[in-house]
Amino acid sequence: MRFPIATKYIPLLGTALVLVLVYVAGAMAYPGFASLYTFKLLLENNSFVGVAAIGMTFVILSGGIDLSVGSVVAFTSIFIAKLIFLGFHPLAAIAMSLVLGAAFGAFQGALIHFYRQPAFLITLAGMFFARGMGYVVHDQALGIKHEFYSESITNWSIPIGPGVQLGLTAIIFIACLLVGLFIAHFTRFGRAVYAIGDDEQSATLMGIPIGRTKIAVYALSGFLSALAGVVSTFYQSSGWANNAIGFELDAIAATVIGGTLLTGGVGFLAGTGMGVLILGLIQDIINFQGTLSSWWTKIVVGLLLLLFIGLQTLVTALSRRRIRHVPAVPKPDKPAPAAA
Amino acid sequence: MSETLLQMRGISKTFPGVRALDEVDFEVRKGEVHALMGENGAGKSTLIKVLTGVHRRDSGTVLLEGREIDPRSPRQAEEVGISTVYQEVNLIPHLSVAENICLGREPGFCGMINWRGVNRRARKALARLDLDIDVSQELSSCSIAIQQMVAIARALDVSAKLLILDEPTSSLDAREVEELFEVMRKLRDQGLGIVFVTHFLDQVYAVSDRITVLRDGRLVGTYEAWKLSRLDLVGRMLGKELAETAQQHAPPPEVAGGRRQALVQVRQLGRRGSVEPVDMDIEAGQTVGLAGLLGSGRTETARLLFGIDRADSGHMVVGGRQTRMSGPRQAIRSGFAFTSENRKTEGIIPHLSVRENIILAMQGVRGVWSQIPRAEQQRIADQFIEALNIKTPHAEQAVGNLSGGNQQKVLLARWLATKPQLLILDEPTRGIDVGAKAEIEKLVNSLREQGMAVLFISSELEEMVRTCQRVIVLRDRVKIGELEGAQITEQSIMQTIARATDEG
Amino acid sequence: MKAEYATLINRKPALPEGLAKLVWPVAALTLLLVFNAIFTPGFFRVEFRDGYLYGSLIDILNHGSKVMLLALGMTLVIATGGVDLSVGAVMAVSGAIAVEMVQDPTASLAAAVAAALSVSVLAGAWNGALVSLLRIQPIIATLILMVAGRGVAQLITKGFIPITQHEGFTFIGNGKFLALPFPVTIVAIMVLLTWAATRKTAIGLFIESVGDNEKASHFAGINARTVKFVVYTFSGFCAGLAGLVAASNIKAADSNNAGLFLELDAIIAVVVGGTALTGGRFNLPGAIIGSLLIQTLTTTLYMRNVNPFVIPVYKAVVVLAVCLIQSPVFRAQLAAPFRRAAA
Repeated sequence: MRFPIATKYIPLLGTALVLVLVYVAGAMAYPGFASLYTFKLLLENNSFVGVAAIGMTFVILSGGIDLSVGSVVAFTSIFIAKLIFLGFHPLAAIAMSLVLGAAFGAFQGALIHFYRQPAFLITLAGMFFARGMGYVVHDQALGIKHEFYSESITNWSIPIGPGVQLGLTAIIFIACLLVGLFIAHFTRFGRAVYAIGDDEQSATLMGIPIGRTKIAVYALSGFLSALAGVVSTFYQSSGWANNAIGFELDAIAATVIGGTLLTGGVGFLAGTGMGVLILGLIQDIINFQGTLSSWWTKIVVGLLLLLFIGLQTLVTALSRRRIRHVPAVPKPDKPAPAAA
Repeated sequence: MSETLLQMRGISKTFPGVRALDEVDFEVRKGEVHALMGENGAGKSTLIKVLTGVHRRDSGTVLLEGREIDPRSPRQAEEVGISTVYQEVNLIPHLSVAENICLGREPGFCGMINWRGVNRRARKALARLDLDIDVSQELSSCSIAIQQMVAIARALDVSAKLLILDEPTSSLDAREVEELFEVMRKLRDQGLGIVFVTHFLDQVYAVSDRITVLRDGRLVGTYEAWKLSRLDLVGRMLGKELAETAQQHAPPPEVAGGRRQALVQVRQLGRRGSVEPVDMDIEAGQTVGLAGLLGSGRTETARLLFGIDRADSGHMVVGGRQTRMSGPRQAIRSGFAFTSENRKTEGIIPHLSVRENIILAMQGVRGVWSQIPRAEQQRIADQFIEALNIKTPHAEQAVGNLSGGNQQKVLLARWLATKPQLLILDEPTRGIDVGAKAEIEKLVNSLREQGMAVLFISSELEEMVRTCQRVIVLRDRVKIGELEGAQITEQSIMQTIARATDEG
Repeated sequence: MKAEYATLINRKPALPEGLAKLVWPVAALTLLLVFNAIFTPGFFRVEFRDGYLYGSLIDILNHGSKVMLLALGMTLVIATGGVDLSVGAVMAVSGAIAVEMVQDPTASLAAAVAAALSVSVLAGAWNGALVSLLRIQPIIATLILMVAGRGVAQLITKGFIPITQHEGFTFIGNGKFLALPFPVTIVAIMVLLTWAATRKTAIGLFIESVGDNEKASHFAGINARTVKFVVYTFSGFCAGLAGLVAASNIKAADSNNAGLFLELDAIIAVVVGGTALTGGRFNLPGAIIGSLLIQTLTTTLYMRNVNPFVIPVYKAVVVLAVCLIQSPVFRAQLAAPFRRAAA
């Protein structure tokens, strides 16, 4: 298959360029930044943003948005902690929370599709609901004391270099990214998601099952948000309903920086993966720097968003001009079945 | 190959208040290109929608290869072998050519996709059209002509027996049109039945075997293309037989004072892909008509005058100054007004009241700070409701709730309220009953006698003949003639339209 | 003869359209108040002490003032078919600037307020330019400030939470005027100004027109770009005011938490109040009632000792209810059993 440098890949190249630049900048400024060990930490620490961002990318590709991500992450963390506290085995707790996440997502997707309501509002309600329900489960932070967490997980790692082991959280992130890439590019479902986000009307005429696909996409996002919540319990060995406030913004930022259009239909999961790393690197650089405070992260991320949105607008305008679309004859006013 | 492929008999379809199709018969043979023609409201679009399952017919039968079918959705129609390629090429712009051809039916195992298989299948589908392009490229990077080919290829891939092409040539240049026709002839020779919906006269004759004409929801007739002259075709579409000698209407008198300097001089105003450069003069107190069939470029010309579209060439002279309108605001400031034919999308503000819709343009001229006092708004609204006999329970009714005809009147009132120098009317009387038409005509005429100029676009020849002192005739986006005064008759207009292109 | 298209609706509406849309939010608010009257002792008690009014009703007006201010700007933005997600962040920036400038108790209040509001207006203008000139989707355009804004606020306060005892400044959020908390006065003035501006000039008509059918408005000679630019700038101003009240309330500038999620409350208030997310007709009194509804709900739950962190669940129910009521599909489902019974 040929790879022409089509205009559509420009944002992805831009993301890759920024990733390289940021990495090089960090490596030049701080010794030890460019080590394999730091890289492993980067993957592990940003795994939970990464997993959630993959789900968010699918939703945005389909032309929607999911504001409930952060709340589901928090809910999952306290839900698991509570179940373990009540005596369930961690694997059972994890399995239940994943199923719950998927079901919750599917429910939101159904409301959005069948009642034709904006995803913004429905997932906003979902966000409030999940957040509050977390406190209903348990209103304090809750520690997780189980040998599965303290021993088994730390052993599940793979060596990637001399003396360096890639931890479980990073493995989960990479696995999700690979599976996500596969779904997006090698399954009918993935292509249907792209089609719906690009031109829902045409996709309907072409026979794509809109309802099924949309519900599945939100279910996927709910599942991955829950998985991100699971990963967060691996970091902290605890759960808290107040976790991940504003987390959906991080997922959205990673998606936009990765080259996905918020209007849908155009985007790359590989880009989201890179976007997550960029966000993580920026945070790392600011930490390494020591004197700059963490709020600079927000400003830099805001600037990056501006840059990428500007780039996307430019690319869209350019490609629209290239296909100097001959305006079709305006459709005559046909007698309509409903009131005119 | 004269075996019948599709037979539609006695098809009727009624919407609230409108009988869109009335006992229409339509038949397509295997290996035939069959053109479907008709003006606005003729029923072409409804007939196609009934065939493809978008609407359900009220009565009649549809037989495909002898078996009765009743598709309830485009997907079901596709499954029985009827595929449609729409004017807007309903494909997914950011997916590849191959993907678009196979979308929803990609070769593969268990929901997974075998890309080599996809590309192979796409190439095979395109090969049927003798087309060899890179199937992995993004669809939007292809020209509209190629995109249409891709849409046709998709239709073939679904094993279409009947291919419906809905206005396929509107966005194509001459060379692309010829390539499309080559493809159509090839497919026809392979035994496909093709329904070709179009309004371009020359194209119809270039490629069709038979022509069916609809008018006002009824079948006018089905003819062998080589047996039907252009003039007859135009006549049947517009509902005028040559034998029916239309009365010689006396053209309306010019404003006293004879000819003066033109209010608006249009010189070589044109826009690529929209309308070829056009010349015209419009004088105060005069009604100039733009005549032509659907798609001849009349609306496009009006849009250039009003600044909705930017011209590529030429200019206008207004009030002694040379200009090209940069937008509606500048046009309105120059004293122009424009009622669009697409009142729903470009005319009414549906949730706003009749009063607000009427004073909107006037308020726009006065600006934000100088709000028209409510009492005066009321007075103006009432004045026009009465003058145009707008049927509304009261002036606060939301315009979206009114019938189409009354919405049109509200739009007209909006522009009349600005007291324009030049009033551009694009199909102003569509959907309006005879009595209302007379009211509108009377009002516009009285304004004209006070010096307002009118540019009038209408598909109804009698209206044009009755009201215009000058008629400019367009066909296929080119100005092909101009008639003055006594020359203006329905016959002369039709003859000008029908005149073959090779007549110099 | 050409055909007529649809039948007329000849009934005169029972209520003017604007009032009709208020039925639901007013009913919900009334329901809440009645519930409190029965089940929450002391809810309606209003005391007059030291020349000032006290009571939970007064608290609702006071605490709800920020959302009400935001809702004014948000209503006009949503009316043009857009949304402004940045208002919470702009609140933080406004508070940060003002508090930094009144660290010294003798500093000029006017200067601090002017600076804070100017920057807020600039922020709104920034959003307006992105949306109207660059034609960027409003959600995306305002997302940028939403993310970066708090960072900028922290930059201004150098990461600290500056506090102030400046008399003039603390009066904004804590003072009393005409026996009521001063924020109530600010809200009242803004409501009056907004109402006057939108109904006594043509801008209200233009906003509704652009939101309902931008293309047709353009054809009618309305400058849609300018209209959109103006509403985002105004939204910035409202956010700036709300930020001043918030900072004055706590006599400090907490850049992390000032206005957190208030943009969402404002959006809910506007939608509950009868302005559609898709734009067109807007309803200012509705937005105020919507804000009161949210605040009353929150106060009710506080007084009934519901865990404050669980309150979002109730908000979720409100949002869901609004969505379902707005959905024609849902309304048809509700009406179906009645229609079948009537048949």
